[in-house]
Amino acid sequence: MIQLSIDQLSKSFDSTLVLNNLTFHINYGEFVSILGPSGSGKSTIFNLIGGLLLPDSGTIQLKGEKINGKRGSISYMPQTPSLLPWRTILQNVLLGQEIQGKTNPETARKMLYKAGLKGYENAYPQELSGGMKQRAAFIRALLSPQPVILLDEPFSALDELTRHEMQTWLLDIWNEHKPTILFVTHNIEEAIYLSDRILLLSTKPAQVVQEVTVPFTRPRKEELFLDENFLACKRGIHAAFKLQQR
Amino acid sequence: MKNVFVKGWRPAAVLLLLFILWEIAVKLADVPAWLLPPPTDIFKEAIEGWNGLQLHLRSTVMLSLLGFAIGTGIGLLTAVLLHLIPFIREAIYPLLILSQNVPIIVLAPLLVVWLGFGILPKLIVITLVCFFPITVAALDGFRQTPGELKHYMLMAGASKDQLFWKLELPYSLPSLFSGLKISATYSVMGAVISEWLGAKAGIGVYMTLASSSFRTDRVFVAIFAIMGLSLLFFGAILLAERLLVKWKPREAKKK
Repeated sequence: MIQLSIDQLSKSFDSTLVLNNLTFHINYGEFVSILGPSGSGKSTIFNLIGGLLLPDSGTIQLKGEKINGKRGSISYMPQTPSLLPWRTILQNVLLGQEIQGKTNPETARKMLYKAGLKGYENAYPQELSGGMKQRAAFIRALLSPQPVILLDEPFSALDELTRHEMQTWLLDIWNEHKPTILFVTHNIEEAIYLSDRILLLSTKPAQVVQEVTVPFTRPRKEELFLDENFLACKRGIHAAFKLQQR
Repeated sequence: MKNVFVKGWRPAAVLLLLFILWEIAVKLADVPAWLLPPPTDIFKEAIEGWNGLQLHLRSTVMLSLLGFAIGTGIGLLTAVLLHLIPFIREAIYPLLILSQNVPIIVLAPLLVVWLGFGILPKLIVITLVCFFPITVAALDGFRQTPGELKHYMLMAGASKDQLFWKLELPYSLPSLFSGLKISATYSVMGAVISEWLGAKAGIGVYMTLASSSFRTDRVFVAIFAIMGLSLLFFGAILLAERLLVKWKPREAKKK
């Protein structure tokens, strides 16, 4: 069943077409990745869904309701953790709820425990490592009452080992809560490992050039990265991008 | 607080050394006391004349506190208005800078001509010197809010009110306190200047009386009193900052 649907979305800045008739949808509880090179207008897509920008044409629908230019309809996790430095971790993860209305510190506490942040509830963000900050930022997005979570290249600033650790952690949490996720990345492996479906994006203007349904069953283990089928899948996506560039 | 004493001994020692040099120089050169009294005379006068001085001190403290409070209030209000309404910012900001170019020493007697010898012209003088550093500091703080934090708040659906109260105001606190520190010391200076114009009591009055009767020792007592008061105000703001801004990484402490 479709939860978020993007229909014929176009947007241009100063007469440069950035998005051209972008169309895709996400079902309830689905993990969908948008994979595209840097500068392919991924952040424009997020700003449109988040309501910060208005499209030139097309509609964005959440549960059948048009949300063009309506801020706060989705939950968001940015590329940088963006935790407020004067709030403790607990106060920070509650921020999303606070903006929308009621807070629930008990659930937040439980979720922090499960995320391996036990004992850090009253710590300030600057006392945490990069990976821990991203966990807190994700929990903030998960706790927000909106039904769809947008993740904007959340692990791109982390080192390789921490990134793998965070990906596995994210899958665990996702398995447990099954929120609907739209994940933006430029890392092919990351997209395959995490998602149900991958949308390949072209650059300038951005369009969905191909849709890949990831064939691997869940729960997925880290060994998958070295699996023959995994590599084949990666090769296929790689070839699709190469074809684009010509 | 312990830090203050640990770090404070060096400037205190230098000050003491200066006083000793001053004392010796005055004694050796046989300078008359009405020209430059030795520090011991000044301290003696401060202690002996304490009862008379107390009244003036109290009056100045009350005046500067009241002026500082009003100045802070107006300064903050101006900053918030200028920040939230861009049209007002464009129209008023240049005028604010102009307001600081009017010499207080010229404006103060005029205020007395217009408003008399009451407390109002004095408060206006103090407010005028106090509000500007606060407005500028707060405005800077609001504007320097990192774009990424603002972007998150907007994506999460924060209203303009929430953006201000939950993000911009707390973010501006450290900057705001820099402004408060400057204003706190200015407020004592402003109070003394406004007392020169005509008041019943105050350090400014005490100082005018002392200098016109060639009581140089008392002039110095007044100077030290002003310095002490400014330092005290500054310390109070510093303490408030420590209590309110806990999140600022205190790198200075580690050094």
